[in-house]
Formats: sequence, structure tokens, C-alpha cells
Amino acid sequence: MKQFYTFIRKEFAHVLRDRKTLLILFGMPIVQILIFGFALTNEVRNAKIVIYDQAQDVASQQLISKIEASRYFDIAYAVMDRAGIEAAFRKGDIRLAVIFPQGFNNDLLHTHHAQIQVIADAADPNTATTLTSYVTSIIQDYMAAQEPYQITPQIRYLYNPQLKGAPNFVPGVMSLVLMLVCVMMTAVSIVREKETGTMEILLVSPFSPLMVIISKAIPYLLLSLINVTTILLLSTFVLKLPINGSIPLLFAESTLFIITCLTLGIFISVKTSSQQVAMLISLMGMMLPTILFSGFMFPVENMPLPLQWFSNIVPSKWYYNIVKAIMIKGLGFSAIWKETLILAGITVFLLFVSFKSFKIRLS
Amino acid sequence: MRTIRFLLQKEFRQIFRNRSILAMVLVMPVMQLFILPLAANYEVKNINLAIIDNDHSSYSQKLISKITASGYFRLTGYVFSYKEALHLIEQDKADLLLEIPHNFEKNLVREDHGQLFVAVNAINGTKASLGGVYLNSVIRDENNDIRLQLVEPVRFQSQPVVEIASSNWFNPYLDYHLFMVPGILAILVTMIGGFLTALNIVKEKEVGTIEQINVTPIKKHHFILGKLIPFWVLGNVVFTLGLIVARVAYGIVPVGNIFLLYGFIWVYLLAVLGFGLLVSTYCDTQQQAMFIMFFFVMIFILMGGLFTSIDSMPDWAQVVTKFNPVSYLIEVMRMIVLKGSGIRDVLPKLGVILIFAIVLNAWAVVNYRKTN
Amino acid sequence: MIKTDKLTKRFGNFIATNEITFEVEKGEIFGFLGANGAGKTTAMRMLCGLSTPSSGSATIAGFDVYKQTEQIKKNIGYMSQKFSLYEDLTVTENIRFFGGIYGLSNQQLKTKSQQLLHDLGLEKEAKKLVGALPLGWKQKLSFSIAVLHEPKIVFLDEPTGGVDPITRRQFWNLIYDAADRGVTVFVTTHYMDEAEYCNRISIMVDGSIRALDTPRNLKNTFNAASMDEVFYALARSAKRSE
Repeated sequence: MKQFYTFIRKEFAHVLRDRKTLLILFGMPIVQILIFGFALTNEVRNAKIVIYDQAQDVASQQLISKIEASRYFDIAYAVMDRAGIEAAFRKGDIRLAVIFPQGFNNDLLHTHHAQIQVIADAADPNTATTLTSYVTSIIQDYMAAQEPYQITPQIRYLYNPQLKGAPNFVPGVMSLVLMLVCVMMTAVSIVREKETGTMEILLVSPFSPLMVIISKAIPYLLLSLINVTTILLLSTFVLKLPINGSIPLLFAESTLFIITCLTLGIFISVKTSSQQVAMLISLMGMMLPTILFSGFMFPVENMPLPLQWFSNIVPSKWYYNIVKAIMIKGLGFSAIWKETLILAGITVFLLFVSFKSFKIRLS
Repeated sequence: MRTIRFLLQKEFRQIFRNRSILAMVLVMPVMQLFILPLAANYEVKNINLAIIDNDHSSYSQKLISKITASGYFRLTGYVFSYKEALHLIEQDKADLLLEIPHNFEKNLVREDHGQLFVAVNAINGTKASLGGVYLNSVIRDENNDIRLQLVEPVRFQSQPVVEIASSNWFNPYLDYHLFMVPGILAILVTMIGGFLTALNIVKEKEVGTIEQINVTPIKKHHFILGKLIPFWVLGNVVFTLGLIVARVAYGIVPVGNIFLLYGFIWVYLLAVLGFGLLVSTYCDTQQQAMFIMFFFVMIFILMGGLFTSIDSMPDWAQVVTKFNPVSYLIEVMRMIVLKGSGIRDVLPKLGVILIFAIVLNAWAVVNYRKTN
Repeated sequence: MIKTDKLTKRFGNFIATNEITFEVEKGEIFGFLGANGAGKTTAMRMLCGLSTPSSGSATIAGFDVYKQTEQIKKNIGYMSQKFSLYEDLTVTENIRFFGGIYGLSNQQLKTKSQQLLHDLGLEKEAKKLVGALPLGWKQKLSFSIAVLHEPKIVFLDEPTGGVDPITRRQFWNLIYDAADRGVTVFVTTHYMDEAEYCNRISIMVDGSIRALDTPRNLKNTFNAASMDEVFYALARSAKRSE
């Protein structure tokens, strides 16, 4: 046991000595929370649009004032033909153009039918559809308000009444940060000892190889728990997103996920022999898939089936669901036992496989 | 000049000798480009819907069949109480629940007004608001049909109608891949170029070979050029592979001038490699270099407009994106590839990237010390 | 060839090298001795232009260590303590690379690398990766590459660490050959038998030079039978160690 402490002390010394890395390790979650919390939004806001009012009559002015009242747009008025619009799209100056044809009010009064043209720069399909649907619903709501037999749906947004981004991304950032820190740090620090040859020294010591590896992982477990705490504090006090469920349960599940990630790091380190390879694998192979498949950026159910299957072996997906359930929905263990079991399963599997190939290497 | 030739020879030899890195550098981006755009899809469809119909009237039945026929929704539960429906949402089996109250039809006909209750799982705000918008539009449609039945045709005809003719340029079918592929390619080129350069130099520091170089009369800028050129070439190879994948897998052919695209990438790679160099001059171990690179690349990606629109960011964040080379590349890629923007549209951005390239490389050269 | 006057390097409060003053003649083999941490490597790095001195002055082949480091670099060869050829390049590739960046012509590169391979008996290994060579051969190769461009002075930082006695002997033969060609050799070592091979030696303790003379004179002065005893007599007083 004493030897074990010695090893862990040595690992801590390594980790704590490298100030630059340490700064990044602790800075990363903070910066991510701040970026996601204050800079990124999926909502479309301040979109630059152009209104070309050829009519300049009562009806067009009324509708335009409705559009102006919306906070989604940053409106410019200009005389623009199709070529002009296309040029502005090419330059990236505007995202949408709304054109009222000449005699708009006239048409409306006499033929009861008038047309508005809405042209979107669909190079970004998301923004294009959202903007088009905003304009459409502003106009339709205005027109419909004057009709009889109204059906009004009363919409209630559960868990997140103001449709903020935080409830979605805080769990996402947690899984992203933990995944990256644990996988990359363990993988690289083990491979580094292999590369510099110190691993051999450790392995010939009377200490079991398994213990060597475990002692390398423990500092990162503690660092990661600190990161979890930082993220939770930031989200509670800076983003005003309270934890609805049990905090001990959240920490227990986080510890499980951290261990999963550490074993993944160990697995990578066993399979590779140079730091650069280990880094590229943990980076290219972990970062983008974590962002994509955990489901916090893009809905998993829209992906092609094979990718949906694949998402099931991405540990961060399960952790993301767990955190969402505990933190946001305030549910208990009974709602997440399945996810917990899967994470535990992945961990045991990775441990088993890496330990096996580790032994093969030694003999 | 001869010195550079020797340096280049050495770098290329080392690159080609290390097959596992080379393979990874070439294969990984290709694989990622094949897979990621399939996954990165914001389009919201298959919204899981639970319905509580307390009315059981002909109108409520019609409304339900209209909603399920719309294509956006998948009816996953037909339950009898709000509590049951909420439970479905808790288990993620439903995203949205629609409650049709008792006497819905009666109220609509007699009192000119019918109420519906909708509850949305809003943890994912985008999905929630889009789901709400879709449901709203289906309901509005149904509302019009009902009105047609209830109001005498003559009176109804007199109601003015505004038709909205919407068109989507550059991407008429709203294909999400068209949008994501150029952006993801931009990220991949950045990551490969930046990381390899930074790691390569720091590796020489870690192994000690840089010491041997530093006692030679080699000029600083020669040494740095000798490092930049190979990775610049590699970056171009990755980019070209990416364009091929975009074409083969997604049928994306740049609408604009391909030479303009390459011209931009050439300057851009200089900037990114310069950044990698700069990071390497501040680091002693590969682990450090990787983490510092990673930290910045992560910020670059998040603040680069790949996933979320820069226009929607608050002002301070938009200012930050002005210092983010990745945001320029993503934007320019989309401009040239999708919209066919010309040199005049791209020129201001090219100018900024050129400044980045010059500043970063100059900084790196100054900061790279042969003597301490 | 080498001339220093009160050359000093400080790292914060720590004085790594304290006012060292000495001269080395052309063609001389100068042994630079000292216990671990005595400041040998720091001194050598200053002389090679890898590190700027804090105070004092020095000239190498007539060039100033403050202002003319690039001229110095043209005139010296250096072999560091840590093996620093490219392990993922072959023997020939390393020779051509280092020869090339010192500006040897293609013709020179060709004849010189053949000569070198022949002298070291490495013809068969020419196409092998350097990383695959045994340590002794790596060291000999490093040395030969360090003098490939015929520098006026070659600096060797513990060149024979970890190699067997036979290889060490062979290594010293290479050093003598170089000295015969007029190359000044500046070498640090821990092996006292090697110290005997030098024309003159200096012994550093705690950052200062405590003794400087021929091995024979030193033994006489300290009334010692071997260099070992001389070294112990001086190094015992050391206050710092690694």
C-alpha cells in the first residue's frame, strides 16, 4: 500500500509540475461553459435581412411594422433586383430578402389575393428555414388574427420555459470535458513513459503492472472531479441553472463515467506506441464523435440507422442522458439504471481487453 | 537555398518513414468526412408525440390524423392522463404532448374559440421551438379547413389572403450536407495542419535533436521554412482528398472558381501552420503542445460558425470571431463552394488571413530562439 | 582558439558557472572535468552559442560569444550529452543532412560520407535506421558527423557515457585523429582514465575552476598517484550535487 502511495505521489508531481497543461485542464471547462452559455445560441437572432417594398402602401407598411417588431431580424431597406440579392448573398451581407410587389394593397383589396416573395440564402439551410418560417408566421398570425373560429394552442415548455441553451449544453460540456481530459491525459502520459523508456523501469519494479497503470489514472480522476465541481458551480451560480436532482447521485455517476474514460485512455495507450499517434487517436477519434454522437448538438434520432447504432457505443451519449435526467429533470436512480449499467459494462469490457493485451506485451 | 533543400529532404523522409502517422493523417480526415456530415443534421423530423384526447369528437380526430399525416411527428403514445404523458417525456419516449380538452369541438363551434394544450420537452431549445412551430402550422392548416366548413363560402371568399412565395437559393432542397461538408473539411484541414506542425517541432525539442540543429549555422527562417513547407504540402493533400470525398460521397462540386479556393487555402494554411509554430515555441513537451493547441482549436471550432450562426452571437462574441482564422475559412469555403462567390467577394477575408499568416509566422520566428 | 575571461551564467539566484577563465590552444585536447552539477554543460553551452552568458567575456576561434554566435557555429562541431541524431533517418541520410546544412558541396558530401562509413566500418549499416544501431556505434557516428565539416573546434559533452571500454578506446582514437588534423577538442567526461588522454585538463567544482594543468602536473601538485585521487581531493569539497 505504501508503494502505491509513492506511485501516486510521483504521478501528482508530474501533473502539478506542468503548469501550462494544468492551466488548460482547469481553464477548459470554464471557457467552454462561458462560450456555450453566452456566445453560442441555436436560436437565430439579429439575422440581416433586406426588405424591398415596391408597393409602399398601407398594407405593406403594416406588415413591415410587424416584421420590424420582431427581435429576430436586423433589417435594411433597399431597392434590389434578383441580381442584386444574389450578389449580396455571395458577399455574405444578407441572409434573406422580402419583396412586396407593386400594388400590394390594391391586389389585397380587389382580388383578395396578394403575394409576398421571400428569398433565403439556403447555403445555411437551418438559418434559411428558420428565418422563412419566422417571416411566414408573423404575416400569417397578423392575417389570421382577424378571422373567426380561432384554435389557439397554448404551449408550455417543460424543464426550460425560456428555451435557454444551458439545460442542453451543460450536460454536454460535462461529457465533452471529462471525455477529453481523461482519455487524452491518461493515454498520452502512459505512452510517454513507454516512449522515454521509464515504463520499463516501472514494470521491472516489484510492483504489479496493473497498479502502475492504476496509479497513473488516479490523479486524473481527482482532477476530473474538480472539473465536475467547477462546471456545476458555474452552471448554478453563473448560468442560474439549478441542479434539480440528487447531487451525490450526480457525483457517483460522474465518477463512473470518469472511470470509463480513464479505461478508454488506458486502452488507447496499450494499443499505441508513440505519443503522436495516441494524441491523434484520442483527439480526432474522440472529440468530434463526442460532440456529434452524444446528442447535445445534433439529435441522434435523425441520423442514419448505422450511425444511431454506433452512437450506442459512445460512452458520452449515456453519460449525457444520465446528467440530463438527474440535473434537469430531477429524476432518481430508477430512471437511469439502464444507462448506468451500460457505462459499467463498457468500462469492464475495456479494462478486460486492455489488461489482456497488456499482459501479452509483457510476456 | 541549398540548406532548405536539405531540410525539406529530411522532413519528407521522416514523414514518409512514419507510416502510422501518415496513414492516420490521410485516412482519418477522409473517414470523418464520410461519416460526420451524416450525423451533423439539424433537420428536425420524427418528433415523438403523445396525445391525450379528452374530447373524442370528430374535430379532435381530424386534427390528430392531420398531425400524424404531416410527416414531422411520430405518434408514440395515445394516453389518457397528463401524468401518463409526462412520464413518457421523462423517459424520453415523447418530446411533445398535445392535450385536446374536453368540449374542444363544442367551444370552437359555439364560442368561436377552441383551446389546445401543448407541452414540449424543452431541454433542447432548438428542437422544442421547431417542434412547436411545426405543430402550430399543422393546427393553423386544420383551423383553415374547419373555417371553410363553418363559414358560408361567400363570406369566406371575401377574406383577403396573403400568399407567401418562398424560395431557397443555392440549396433549393435544403440539403444539410451541402452546408456541413465544407465546414467540416475546414476544421479537419486546420486540425491536421496545426497539430502536426506544433507536435513536430516540440518532438525535436523533447528528443534533443533541436540542440544539434541549434549549434549549426542554420538560419532561423530557413529552419522554420523547412518545417512549414512539408506540412503545407500535406495540408494541401488533405484538402484535395477532402474535395474528392465531398464530390464522390455527397456530389458537392464547388460552384465557384477552384483556383480561388486553392488560393485561399494556400494562404490559410500558412496562417494555421504559423499558429502551430508559435505554440511549439512556447512548449517543452508534446503533451503541453497538444493541450494548448487543443484548447485553442476547440475555441476556434465553437466560435467558428460551424454549428451555430455567428450572426446570432452577442456583439462581444462576434468581435472574438474576428480573431478566429477558422471562422474565415468556414465562411469562405461555403461562399465559394456553395454560392460561387468570386474574388471580389472573398478579397477582404483573404486580406485578413494574409495578415494572420504574416503576424503569426513573424511572431513564431522572433520567439524561436536558438540561444537562451 | 578558446579564450574566456570571468565567464558567468546565472539562473535567478543560482550561479551555474562562476567567473571561469581559461585558454585552449589550437590542436589541443582539453579535458573539462567536474562532478555532476558542477556547471560543465552550462559552460559548454555558452561556448557553443546555445546560451548567452550573464557576464564575463569569451571568444571562440576569434569570435565573440555575445555578438558573433552565428560565426562561431560555422566553426565548431558539437556532440551533446543526449544522443541527438535523427533515429528515424538512416546513417547515410543523417550524414547527408548534417553535412548539407553545414554547406558541404554534393561532391564533398559524397566523398566524405564514403570516407566516414569506411573509417567507422559502417558500410553495411549505411541504409539502416540510426535508431537500430548499438549505442557505441551511434556515439562514434555522432562524433564523426560533428567533425564532418572540418570545424576548428569540436565540443564533446560526455561523449562516451554508457559504452564499453573497447568502444571508448576506439572513440578516443577518433579524437586523436581529429586532433592530428589540427582540430581543437574540448571534451567533458566522468572517466578519469580518459582524463589522462587529454593534453590539459580543468576541474570544476561548484561552478568554478579549481585546477587547470596537464594531468602529470596535477598529479604532482596534489601528490596523487592517479587522476582519480586528484578528482576526489577536489570534488569532496563540493557543496552542490544533482
